[in-house]
Amino acid sequence: MPHLSPVPSGEPSPEGTGEPVAELLRRCARGDEESFATLYDLTARRVHGLVLRVVRDPAQAEEVTQEVYLQAWRTASRYDEQKGSALSWLMTLAHRRAVDRVRAAESASRQDTTYHQRTHTVPHDTTAEAAETSIEARRVRTALAELTTVQREALELAYFGGYTHTEVATMLDLPVGTAKTRIRDGLIRLRDAMGVGQ
Amino acid sequence: MNADAHEVHALSGAYAVDALDPAERALFEEHLASCAACRAEVASLHEATSLMGGLEDAAPPPALRDQLLAGIKTVRPLPPETAPVVEPTSVRTLPVRRWLTGLAVAASVLGIAGVGTIVWEQQHQSTGQLSVADRVLQAADAKRVTVTLPDGSSASVIRSISEGRAVLVAHDLPAAPHGHTYEMWLQTPAGKMVPAGLMDRGSSRPVLLSGDATTATAAGMTIEPKGGSDSPTTEPIALFDFEKAT
Repeated sequence: MPHLSPVPSGEPSPEGTGEPVAELLRRCARGDEESFATLYDLTARRVHGLVLRVVRDPAQAEEVTQEVYLQAWRTASRYDEQKGSALSWLMTLAHRRAVDRVRAAESASRQDTTYHQRTHTVPHDTTAEAAETSIEARRVRTALAELTTVQREALELAYFGGYTHTEVATMLDLPVGTAKTRIRDGLIRLRDAMGVGQ
Repeated sequence: MNADAHEVHALSGAYAVDALDPAERALFEEHLASCAACRAEVASLHEATSLMGGLEDAAPPPALRDQLLAGIKTVRPLPPETAPVVEPTSVRTLPVRRWLTGLAVAASVLGIAGVGTIVWEQQHQSTGQLSVADRVLQAADAKRVTVTLPDGSSASVIRSISEGRAVLVAHDLPAAPHGHTYEMWLQTPAGKMVPAGLMDRGSSRPVLLSGDATTATAAGMTIEPKGGSDSPTTEPIALFDFEKAT
């Protein structure tokens, strides 16, 4: 009897993806610019969405998104499908760059008092209808809702806020060293609930 | 596994969401290179984090697409990492005498180096997750300086300020003269040469220089007596000026 399986071949692809992201990356590694354009079209909204959520400043987020894709183009050959999905590779790269950007800006702003006058924060309202209605997004939200409050808060402050686990511990009045455990526990539960990374 | 290793292992979740400070990140990445269990765990947690990232949805400005498509035309995709090749059995000998001239000059010109631990951090062979060297090579702020060595082979040093490290790529460097070794140095803004590792010959793999390269103004390579020196005793056979890095 046929039964439902979560995601075929462990390759989550954005809605409407006819072509696995991994194959596009492989072609990028060979210098195929058209595949890069397709890769961008398929993933730009979620990559930029994540970057903007972390960085917040639209101008800086745009720079980071650009860096992310240039890096993806340059290092596409280093993606190894044995180690995870291509989308995860790209999102991991995007998150790292976004976090590094906010941390760098933070340390710069300690010396540069005019920084805050230069940056303009726009109201944060990036979550479009498309994401809301996607089945995957709904499952992720449900899985997040099932975490304990402290797991979810710690995870979201770290991932979307770009704070270190030490900062998260302080923000949540947790004993030093426990935020990292909450983050890990939360991620493991999320991973298992979503049936990914097996 | 000791208590410390257990502590390090517990950083996997925070690492997967980039919630480690730079020192912890470096520590954990060193650990990752030798811990298959952590590499597997981090990879699986990254699948979960990328799902969280997928909750966000924002269209970048349309102009960004055009800029990128124009931009990639000027960027060469890196070659795939290939399995280490067998080192050639016959190695060219280097014109040692030429480098050893000006020894005294070099010592005075280069100044005195700080005392550093000389550890050559050979890259862990392709066991999985990105090594620190890979991270440097992949960093978007990675800048490369390539020089031609006296024997005609070329060597590059790639430095990433965001990663704080530098990597040497010298595939064809012949074996160091008998009783000698290559020593790498990082030059501080004050002009001091700090030991950054020893090697006896080139490697088919990129090699991570030891020490913090964030503020280094240059990297150098000298030939030193076996065991290395605390400060350069010979004229550098290669000087990688980071100001000329591209």
